[in-house]
Amino acid sequence: MKVIIMGCGLVGAELATLLDSEENQVTILDLDPDSFERLPPTFKGEALIADGTEPEDLERAGIEEADVFIALTEEDNRNILATQMARDIYKVSRVLCRIYDPSRSELYEELGLETFSPTRIVAHLLRQRLVG
Amino acid sequence: MYIVIVGGGRAGHSLAKTLLEEGHEVLVVDKRDEVCEEINEELGSICEVGDGCDANVLLEAGVERADMFVALTGSDEDNLVACQLAKHRFSVPRTAARVNNPSHEALFKGLGIDITVSSINLVLEQIEHEVPTRFLTHLVTLDNASLEIVQVKIPEGSVVAGNTVGQVDLPNGALITLLLRDNLPPQRPNGNTVLQAGDDVLVVINRECEEALRLALTQEAAPKAEAE
Repeated sequence: MKVIIMGCGLVGAELATLLDSEENQVTILDLDPDSFERLPPTFKGEALIADGTEPEDLERAGIEEADVFIALTEEDNRNILATQMARDIYKVSRVLCRIYDPSRSELYEELGLETFSPTRIVAHLLRQRLVG
Repeated sequence: MYIVIVGGGRAGHSLAKTLLEEGHEVLVVDKRDEVCEEINEELGSICEVGDGCDANVLLEAGVERADMFVALTGSDEDNLVACQLAKHRFSVPRTAARVNNPSHEALFKGLGIDITVSSINLVLEQIEHEVPTRFLTHLVTLDNASLEIVQVKIPEGSVVAGNTVGQVDLPNGALITLLLRDNLPPQRPNGNTVLQAGDDVLVVINRECEEALRLALTQEAAPKAEAE
């Protein structure tokens, strides 16, 4: 499976490492070259200094052949823009969008985007731990 | 009309001013304190500090009763999210977004933003429009619809040289209004006026038919078949 990950933060790097070790073809994008230091030396995928909201950069990352696009930057709105581009312009069959703001996450779920809100997920987990 | 504008920079500020002068009710939302202060000082209390992509901020701004929503920040992702929120969460009938990166314009349109304005595309279009193409020069754009007046030089060997104006196969709605020949005074041609190579004609035309007009007047005549 060819996967493009936008954002090489802690989660992005972790996910890229996992998917790479499972023999997927991984390309990870970030505007900050230092962020790639989070990737282990064993990482066999591609790390590109690129903007996931720029068509040229997405094409350089091979978005036209991608099976999955995941947006994991720190900014909800950038993730929303990039995943809608991946879905509507490049017809990537599976796109996933991280949206911290739960109400924004809900809106885009309603609009047919696959989103997840770490805020909500963590809150639910914590609640479960506390009250069972 | 009640119009909510997100982004109080230069564009948002002047739009708010114009709309107020036209008698509309306007509210501007901007994240920056100093921007809001400046607008409020000049235009009265019409600007609120807040994130235009936040549902609660928009709710407070009364976006539910807005007739139109305009996002003019310098960030495409913010403009897109603000408009989608206004449209889908608050059912604002018309949304408009500024598109800073021209390559995002098609996406915005596809996602249902009613009006997209890309300043770069506008500038390019305008310049392209002003650059003379072969034999055809733009003189003036008329306010009315998409009409303009262009000047076309009939080149040597043109298919229309020697034909009357009535014989020319003009695109829909095009009107030859004036004929300039050498140093003669300008003439108003009629259907029987014969065109010559070197003539200049002024034509009123729909902007979209420009290329068809250029072809009709400047295309080379097919070489005459030799009689057997």
